[in-house]
Amino acid sequence: MNFTDFVFFVLAAILIIAALRVITARNPVHAVLNLILALFSAGGIWILLEAEFLAMVLVMVYIGAVMVLFLFVVMMLDIDQDRLRQGFWRYLPLGVVMGFIIVLELGLVLSNRYFLEMPVAPAPDISNTRLLGALLASEYVYPFELAAVVLLVALVGAVVLTFRGRKNGHHGDPAAQIRVRAADRLRIVQMPVEKDEPAEPQKEEQGAC
Amino acid sequence: MLTLSHFLILGAILFAISVVGIFLNRKNLIVLLMTIELMLLSVNMNFVAISHYKGNADGQLFVFFILAVAASEAAVGLAILVTLFRNLKSIHVDDLDHLKG
Repeated sequence: MNFTDFVFFVLAAILIIAALRVITARNPVHAVLNLILALFSAGGIWILLEAEFLAMVLVMVYIGAVMVLFLFVVMMLDIDQDRLRQGFWRYLPLGVVMGFIIVLELGLVLSNRYFLEMPVAPAPDISNTRLLGALLASEYVYPFELAAVVLLVALVGAVVLTFRGRKNGHHGDPAAQIRVRAADRLRIVQMPVEKDEPAEPQKEEQGAC
Repeated sequence: MLTLSHFLILGAILFAISVVGIFLNRKNLIVLLMTIELMLLSVNMNFVAISHYKGNADGQLFVFFILAVAASEAAVGLAILVTLFRNLKSIHVDDLDHLKG
């Protein structure tokens, strides 16, 4: 067992333990912190697989942005933890059995000779980042633009969902302004024609504004 | 000697853990979102491993796009969660029965 294998097994063990803690942690904040640890270990394994750029993106974008967002939301919400764990112990035996069966089945399939004896392809002589960048800017430029649109839509959607309107802002509601009819704003008042000799002072009608 | 099977089985174990997590925490929306992240991580692990052993960088680009979609999913999911909590004062799945007739 050489050093690379040792590193892989250590990282894999940390990853699995952290993933187990994510789903069993009592406190959601602990779950998020364990998820951060799991993602970090996964980044380490990706570096072993010579995918440095993705490991970097995982740490910077995932841990740096998405997980911090999770952490913010978890800390913002005041959660009744005991009620949320209803049915945890009831479903634990069945869940564990199902998980073992899934691992067993996939393990049987994935440990065949084809996967065990596949040699590592020779590494390209340019860096991983340059390789991905060249592919992204040539062959995958259209999916790349599409991913940008998806991110933009998600950004706008998140803002629309959580925006509650500015307090005491001087802005009108455009929909209401379009929907308005003349009858809402204007009242036509019938007035008798002025006579030459008023017998008594006429009651003045209130005009519409 | 590390083989492709090591990485694929690691991905399988992660996937099984997240399936069990959905099972166990089905009342807690925020842990459900986290287990979905774990599931995507296991898929990404498979992509990266196969890409490394096959010597084909396309798999890594797929991981890149999956990361983008997962980030937007997390953002929208958390926004929905915050709106939900603001309206219901709870994120318990059983409280979300407004569409029930």
